[in-house]
Parts: sequence; C-alpha cells; structure tokens
Amino acid sequence: MAVTVSIPTILRTHTGGEKSVEASGNTLAEVIDDLESRHSGLKARLVKDGSLHRFVNVYVNDEDVRFAGGLDAKVSDGDNVTILPAVAGGMR
Amino acid sequence: MGTVLVIRQDLVDAMVAHARRDHPDEACGLIAGPEGSDRPERFIPMLNAARSPTFYEFDQDEWLRVYRDLQAADEEIVVVYHSHTATEAYPSRTDVGIADHYAMFLPSPHYVLISTRDPEQHELRSYRIVEGVVTEEPVEVVESYMFAHTGADDIPDCR
Repeated sequence: MAVTVSIPTILRTHTGGEKSVEASGNTLAEVIDDLESRHSGLKARLVKDGSLHRFVNVYVNDEDVRFAGGLDAKVSDGDNVTILPAVAGGMR
Repeated sequence: MGTVLVIRQDLVDAMVAHARRDHPDEACGLIAGPEGSDRPERFIPMLNAARSPTFYEFDQDEWLRVYRDLQAADEEIVVVYHSHTATEAYPSRTDVGIADHYAMFLPSPHYVLISTRDPEQHELRSYRIVEGVVTEEPVEVVESYMFAHTGADDIPDCR
C-alpha cells in the first residue's frame, strides 16, 4: 500500500528537502516505520512512548487519526497523510 | 535577535478589526506569504474553536484546509496573531509552550499579540519565540512593501 506523506517545512531536513514522500504500510505505524527506514529521524518527531505526540495531529485524507485508532489507523493505497502541528494558546 | 516585523497597514487594520469583532473572546489567525520571503501578504482570520476569553485553539478542519492550501501555493506562515482580551499584549506561558512545539514542524513566525482590554486604545506588539525565550521586536508599518526600507542606511536604494 503506497501512500503520500506531506512533510512540514522543518522536517524536510530529513527528506532531502522533499515536500512530500511516498511510504508504504497498512497502518499509520507501519507507514511511519517505513518512512524512518529511509528518512532517519522522522519517527522521533512524531511518536513518543508508542503514541503520537500530543501536539501534532495526523490526518489520513480528511480524517484525524486520533479518532481512527491513532497509530493503528488503517491506510489504503493512494491515501494522503498530513502532519499538522497544533496551534493554540491564550492569556494564561 | 535584531529582527523586525515589516507589515502593511491594511493587514494591521485587519488584525485589529478581527480582535475587536471577537472581543470578549480571543481572536486568532494567520498571515501567509511566499516561502522564504518573510513578507506577510495574505490575511487568514481563523475560527477560535475554544470560543473563550482566555484561550484560543484553531478549528482543526479549518486549519487542515488552510494548511493544505498553503503547501499547494508554496506559501508559509509569516505571522501568527491572537488577542488577549483582559491582559497586556505579551505572550503567556501557554503561548510560549505552543510556540516551541510549533517550531519543531514549521518555521518560527512573527507572533503578533493584540490586547483589546482597553475599548478605545488597542495595543499591538510582535515577538519572536525561540526555545522558550520571548524577544519583542519592532513593528514597522508600511503602506506598501514596494517602498519599504530594505537595506542599510548607508547603501542607497536602487531606483
């Protein structure tokens, strides 16, 4: 299963400047492991202690994986994976 | 760090108007520009999904859509702005924490804070937030980037 992963600007240091890269796997976890095998260092930016960092949201197509099993979320051929940093704050 | 935010008057007016409109809730949004330009051009007011006077949070669906548009257009986020409705225009501890996480993924933007606590006189200030350190920077408001100061004083601009 080949999916396209869009890479945020700062993480492109791991992908030789590529904005998006191909990866394969049946679940998000497998996709991330596959990415890591070719773009070392990416996994640590996304995963901590076996789950996704809480300040990053990952979408498979238009679905937030948080509501689809997290790292166990299923992916299918041709899916788009987007890594979206959380943006929030306030006066406190 | 010796940085400065150079920004058009109409974009400043748009941020202030958004902050006033959403008061007493916090308002938030972005200004995008061409990748690597450091030039704010496209005003993108965002929903505050928290609808709170003390907290803001991008609406995730809207943010995903905006983010994909930015990537497709080779734009980046130059300014992230939000309002404080009862305190001064200075980043809170929460703002600093979020900025550090954000910087792991996207280039650090200019953080613009607008205080609307005074109904007559707003306060607008800009900051860099790098590794937990907040540094205020001057804001240079211009009518157009075409005539904005771009070089050192002793080098005449080309005409």
